[in-house]
Amino acid sequence: MPPKSVDPLHFLSAARVAIVAGKGGVGKTTVTAVLARAAVRRGLRVLVVELDDRPALRNLLGDVPSLTITAADALAEYLDTHGLKRVSRRLISSGVIDVVATAAPGIDDIVVLGKIKQLERSGEWDLILVDGPAAGHAITFLQAAPGMLATVRGGPLRTQAADVAAMLADQRRAQVVLVTLPETTPVNELVETAYALEDRAQVHLGPVVVNAVDVGFGDDLDPAVAPPESPMRAAAEFRNARRELHRGECARLGQDLALAQLHLPVHAGTTLDAAAVEQLATVWDEPQAQPDDDVATAGTIEP
Amino acid sequence: MTALADSVATAEVLVCCGTGGVGKTTTAAALGLEAARRGRRAVVVTIDPAKRLADALGVPGGLGNDPVRLPIEADGELWALMLDSASTFDGLVTRYASSPQQAERILGNAFYRNVAGSFSGTQDYMAAERLHALHLDDRFDVVIVDTPPTRNALDFLDAPGVIARFLDHPLFKLLMLPTRRGLRVLNLAAQPILRSIGKVVGGDVLADAIAFFQAFDGMETGFRRRADDVLALLRSDVTRFVLVASPRGDTIEEAAFFAARLRSANLAVTTLVVNRATPTFGELPAQRPRRPDRAALYDNLADLVAAAAAERHNLTGLLEDLALDPVGGSVWVPLLPTDVHDLDGLAMIRSLLFDPSPV
Repeated sequence: MPPKSVDPLHFLSAARVAIVAGKGGVGKTTVTAVLARAAVRRGLRVLVVELDDRPALRNLLGDVPSLTITAADALAEYLDTHGLKRVSRRLISSGVIDVVATAAPGIDDIVVLGKIKQLERSGEWDLILVDGPAAGHAITFLQAAPGMLATVRGGPLRTQAADVAAMLADQRRAQVVLVTLPETTPVNELVETAYALEDRAQVHLGPVVVNAVDVGFGDDLDPAVAPPESPMRAAAEFRNARRELHRGECARLGQDLALAQLHLPVHAGTTLDAAAVEQLATVWDEPQAQPDDDVATAGTIEP
Repeated sequence: MTALADSVATAEVLVCCGTGGVGKTTTAAALGLEAARRGRRAVVVTIDPAKRLADALGVPGGLGNDPVRLPIEADGELWALMLDSASTFDGLVTRYASSPQQAERILGNAFYRNVAGSFSGTQDYMAAERLHALHLDDRFDVVIVDTPPTRNALDFLDAPGVIARFLDHPLFKLLMLPTRRGLRVLNLAAQPILRSIGKVVGGDVLADAIAFFQAFDGMETGFRRRADDVLALLRSDVTRFVLVASPRGDTIEEAAFFAARLRSANLAVTTLVVNRATPTFGELPAQRPRRPDRAALYDNLADLVAAAAAERHNLTGLLEDLALDPVGGSVWVPLLPTDVHDLDGLAMIRSLLFDPSPV
């Protein structure tokens, strides 16, 4: 029997590194920002790590510290600290490094993860949230270390890969937070990704975050109290159908994956900024109810 | 006729672009359905490894690298395939190799397998390559492509150039020189810069890379010419671009960035498809009802009306940027009460895109 409710704080403080992953369009960046805010609200020292240099996330973070780690920078730093300082600039500026990255796929992922491991070991942060790669790439990203261990026999790169693999395999040090939307295709994709990660990468899966769940405006909209064909009636029918779809998908997700769920309410229309993120984060101040098993059988409904 | 209907009726290549998760694949499939209804023989190419198109088309066994004809009722035909970039690349190598031995040497090389499977840009290049081949295929009148969900919006257009740049690569040149001078690989690996690389990645890996570049010798011309042809097709009049976006603030930002890049490449977007827009239900009553149950319905409608207005507002700038006709230049597909994941759902999207709305 899964628990009826879970406290987000339990997950936010379970491991020092949380890698947030999800397909494009599910709101991974928004979820990363809200998780960061929620952790700050619970008194944790939080660092957000971005793998691409994008202003979008920083605008949502407000005063939460963030750090951008690009593969190119991490690789340059790695070469510098491994006795190749003299040639590292030349390797990078000539583009030879691209060829190296192709020759040994995963080298860029390993150096990025190595940098994250360094931050984790520093003890300066209670939670390092990584705005991870899109789900397709998340699998290759997270299995770069075992892959490297299988192909590279010795040297500094192997040591680095072994350290990274050890961090990822230890659930007290790292977890992966998968993000999805409460709709059929995104839920199917998330379940596939979760199984692939369990099979191919030695990582611990934390809670699933379901983004943009339609809640609020009373659970008891009764379209029948408005005249037939009226806008109020059509709008209420639409809202009820969306909610039923969302409830059904969350329940189905709960049946397919034995992972706790954290839900984020839909944020429609208005501009998303740091203040809106702070507001969204307040929902995780409290324990979160888990989906009912019996809703899952309801399935989807006709339009 | 709307710009989108015109494109579906006349274009030979339709490229659906936009960031991931905005319904590009579903849109591409719905355009294919409409083309088939108009009596054209359409083929839809998807790149998404998550098999979304197979989902959307209700293909039970999934899609493969070869086109499959779908069981729909239409005057024309609807075909679909899912791009397998590695085997498409293998096909190119086989085609341009001077001998079966050369092809075999390349196909069996570990470095080549990495290039074919994971080199960034390979997928985009192979999508463009496949598009070109299908355009020449007599079985089809129109090729509809769902572009890879890359963050860097125009990788797809840049991709044919990427392979050319790869061949212009300093390392490639460095590696090719000694063979032409008749030196041996062993001497080559002793060069200081390669020694440094070898220290980091290991000697075997480096030897594979060297062997690959050397095996590739003589094939650059064919590859380069092919890349030029593909680029020319993408830039020609028979190709149209459809930008797909959702009305959410974060995706509009990315769509705007995308639009700017298309413009700087001198490519015009013919239509903006806005997916998952909040539906409009009609006017809000003048007064909020007093009865709590009706007041709740009023509040719900007010919330949806406000959301729809905010979305319109969010998209104004993008429509201006795209210099699209304010009326016919964009098509809005409302968020449906349920999810689209079968042929019936797809037929509904097609109808929303093309049939005149009752309003």
